[in-house]
Amino acid sequence: MIVAERKPMAEIIEMVKDCSRVLVLACRGCVTVCSAGGEREAAALASLIRLGMKKQGKTIQIIEGSLVRQCDKEYIDAIDAWNGQYDAIVSTACGVGVNFIANLRKDTMVYPALNTSFFGGSAEQGVWTEQCAGCGNCVLHLTGGLCPVARCAKSLMNGPCGGSVGGRCEINKNTECIWQSIHDRLGSFDRQSQMETIAPIRDWSTAGHGGPRKTVRTDLTIS
Amino acid sequence: MSFEPKITLFSCHYASQQSCAEKGKELQQLGFPATITLVRVPCTGKVQVTTLLQAFEDGADGVYVVGCPVDGCHNIKGSVRAAKRVAAVKKALEELDVESGRIEMFHLPRGLHPEFVAAGVAMDKKIRALGPSPFQS
Repeated sequence: MIVAERKPMAEIIEMVKDCSRVLVLACRGCVTVCSAGGEREAAALASLIRLGMKKQGKTIQIIEGSLVRQCDKEYIDAIDAWNGQYDAIVSTACGVGVNFIANLRKDTMVYPALNTSFFGGSAEQGVWTEQCAGCGNCVLHLTGGLCPVARCAKSLMNGPCGGSVGGRCEINKNTECIWQSIHDRLGSFDRQSQMETIAPIRDWSTAGHGGPRKTVRTDLTIS
Repeated sequence: MSFEPKITLFSCHYASQQSCAEKGKELQQLGFPATITLVRVPCTGKVQVTTLLQAFEDGADGVYVVGCPVDGCHNIKGSVRAAKRVAAVKKALEELDVESGRIEMFHLPRGLHPEFVAAGVAMDKKIRALGPSPFQS
């Protein structure tokens, strides 16, 4: 899922300081699962915005709404139910959702309530960790299913580096050295010799360094 | 002009049993501050962040939660969850540049005991010192 966390309230209050009516729009997709931007978090945010504005001697009317997702045109269309009732939308979706609203509603001001962090999973209740960098050229078949792009601090393709000590990363001792884990995991399948194959210099153009990416499935397109 | 605070207390019915004694009069007789409005909940684990924020929106100058002891919650983890939510609201208040001491968590034993009154007296004293809520328009 896409993992995100709420922006500092001072930043959000600054965004809406000139608004008198705001639609706080939750997303029932990934950000609900990572407890950053679902209906519950949006309700808390609405309360905090009202309190923050009140502290500044202002009043603000907030409508709370939610969409199934904010990353599909069909769901964005549901925003029309609140037409004329707000000056701006504060979206608790990930950055994709904010972009989609901006793309599809030319006359609507939309603000992000979250900082979109990474693609990750739930390590334990209340803890999420990065697992994938969305680099567009997966090497997991070579690394025992563990991603060196997302989980090595240096995104090394031929690890580990010299800073790996006791299975921990030199950048952060609380982080596992993923290359040590790749070695151990490949070893458990008697495949550690795979690591002796030198990976070629990587073409990062699929990772966004070649500009915004796009996927087209012509078997699915209508036009 | 003297300031009479409005304080909202969320307490589980185990920790707040004393509020039922003597037809509800015993707390008053023991000096429980009249500035405190008690909201009894089945378990403080039921109290959400939004519940606590709503109390401030409704005009509370201070809010506190009284739940079971950390290692003795009737519902195992309810009061621990409540404490984490109180901590989350403290952090949010700080983000709004408001004193985090306006909300507190207490873990108290069930039954009739002086600590329940003492916690109320302590909150009343603290909120009086902090003054009116900055959220009053």
